[in-house]
Amino acid sequence: MRHVLDTRTLGREDAIRILDVAEDMADTQSREVKKLPTLRGKTVVNLFFEDSTRTRISFEAAAKRLSADVINFAAKGSSVSKGESLQDTAQTLQAMGADAVVIRHGASGAPRTLATSGWIDAGVVNAGDGTHEHPTQALLDAFTMRKRRYGADSRGRDLAGFRVAIVGDILHSRVARSNVWLLHTLGAEVTLVAPPTLLPQDISLWPVTVRYDLDEAIAAGPDALMMLRIQLERMNAAYFPSEREYSRRWGLDPVRLAALPAGSIVMHPGPMNRGLEISAEAADSPRSTVLEQVKAGVSVRMAVLYLLLAGERTNAERTTEEER
Amino acid sequence: MSTRATERTVLQDADIARALTRIAHEILESNKGPDGLILLGIPTRGVTLARRLAALIERFAGVAVPVGALDVTMYRDDLAKHPTRTPHPTDIPAPIDGKVVVLVDDVLFSGRSIRAALDALQDIGRPAAVRLAILVDRGHRELPIRPDFVGKNLPSARSERVNVRLSEVDGAEDGVSIETPAGRAEEAGA
Repeated sequence: MRHVLDTRTLGREDAIRILDVAEDMADTQSREVKKLPTLRGKTVVNLFFEDSTRTRISFEAAAKRLSADVINFAAKGSSVSKGESLQDTAQTLQAMGADAVVIRHGASGAPRTLATSGWIDAGVVNAGDGTHEHPTQALLDAFTMRKRRYGADSRGRDLAGFRVAIVGDILHSRVARSNVWLLHTLGAEVTLVAPPTLLPQDISLWPVTVRYDLDEAIAAGPDALMMLRIQLERMNAAYFPSEREYSRRWGLDPVRLAALPAGSIVMHPGPMNRGLEISAEAADSPRSTVLEQVKAGVSVRMAVLYLLLAGERTNAERTTEEER
Repeated sequence: MSTRATERTVLQDADIARALTRIAHEILESNKGPDGLILLGIPTRGVTLARRLAALIERFAGVAVPVGALDVTMYRDDLAKHPTRTPHPTDIPAPIDGKVVVLVDDVLFSGRSIRAALDALQDIGRPAAVRLAILVDRGHRELPIRPDFVGKNLPSARSERVNVRLSEVDGAEDGVSIETPAGRAEEAGA
C-alpha cells in the first residue's frame, strides 16, 4: 500500500487487511507497554491546513505508539498563511525527510495532488479533504461495527448484510462519503437520512437508499445509526429553518432511541452537539459507540501507518516467509 | 551435480512426532515438572507446534500448561527490507511475570525472529526465564542465540530452503524437506 487517499478506490481485500492489522494493533493497546518499536526512525508529518484536534491527536498517538517521530505542521501561523503554495510546503517536507504525510486540507483532492505530483516520495494519508473523503474515519467506523457484531471473532470478516443509516448533513460530509463507499465495498447496505437541502444534488450513482424521515429509517430497523455533526457554522446558510426544527425532525431523541431494535448501535464521529443531532441519553447509552470509535481510530491509524511505512517501498506483496 | 531444483524429505511425520515427544520430556525434565511453564508459539507453525507440545506435556505430567501465540512482526529489524508483512494475532494466555516462557518455532535460522520475540516479550512482562524449543535448527546464525530444545539439527546451505509442513496448517501430512534451488546444487552441505 503506497497511499491512503480515499475509500472509493480501496478494494475489499485491502480494506479487510487494514481492519485486521488494526485488530492486532488494538491488542497491543491493552498492554502495559503500549509502544511498539516498529517505525523507529521514520518521520510522520501531520500537515493540517484545517483545524482539527481529534483527528490530529489520533494520528499523533498512532505514530508515537509505533515509535515514529511526529512533526505537527498547522497551517495557521505558518508560512502557509504567508502565501506559500502546497508545492513549496511539500518540497520543504521532502527536504526534511518526511516518510509519511498526513494531510487535512480544505480543498477536495489536495491529498491526491500531493501523492501524484512527484513533489514528495512520502506516503500520503488523507485526513479529510474538503467535501471529498475522510478514509480513516470510515475505516474506524467499519472497525467499530465489525467489533460490535463479531467481537473477538472479527478478523477476516466483512460487513455483509449489515444495515447502516447515516443521518444528517450528507451534503458537506466527507465522513458520509467515505462511509458510503467503504460500507458498500464491505457488503453493507447504506441508507442516507437527511433533509433534502442537506443531500448532494445528484447521488443517483451512489450505492445507497435515500430517506427523508428519520422515524421511517428507525422503523426499518438499522443495525447502526450514524449521526453526523450539524456544523453550526452552516446555520446561517438556511439549509433548515432552525436548530430546534432540525433537532425535532432529524435529532436522535430518547423516544427514537427507544424505538431502535435491540442490538443496534448509535455512532457519531464527534465532536457531538448534544441536544442538537444527538440527545445526551443517546450519547451516553450503552448503544453508543462514540468512545469505542475514538479508540478504534488510534488502532486503525496505526494499521494504516504500519502498512504504508513498515515494508519495502514496492507494490509487490510477500507471500512466503524466508528468514527466520 | 544437478542444476535443476530438487526437494528431499528429511523428516517424516513419525520423526516429527518422536522429536516433539522427546522435546516435551526435555522441557519437563529441565523445568523439574510442569509448574510455571507457559508455551508461546511464533506464528504460524510455531503456534501449531506449541499446541502439540502442550498436549504432550499434559499427557505426560497430567497438568494443562498455558499455551499461546507471540507475534514478532512488529519487532523485526528487517521490515524495511521486505514488502509489508501482515502481522498475526498475539495471544498471551496468562501473565508471564515470574514464569518460565518456552518460545516455540519451527525453523531456527538467522536467529533474528527470536531476537524480535525477546523484545516482544519484554513489552509484555518479565519472565523468570525464557527457553527456546525448535523443530529444525538449520544453522547460519547471525546473532548469539542458541536453542535449548532441538528436534533435529539440519546442516543446510544458505541458498537452500527448509520447508516445514504441519497437517493443521498445511492440510498435508507432516514433513520437513530441503529444497535446493536450480543451479545451486553444488553448494549443498557447505
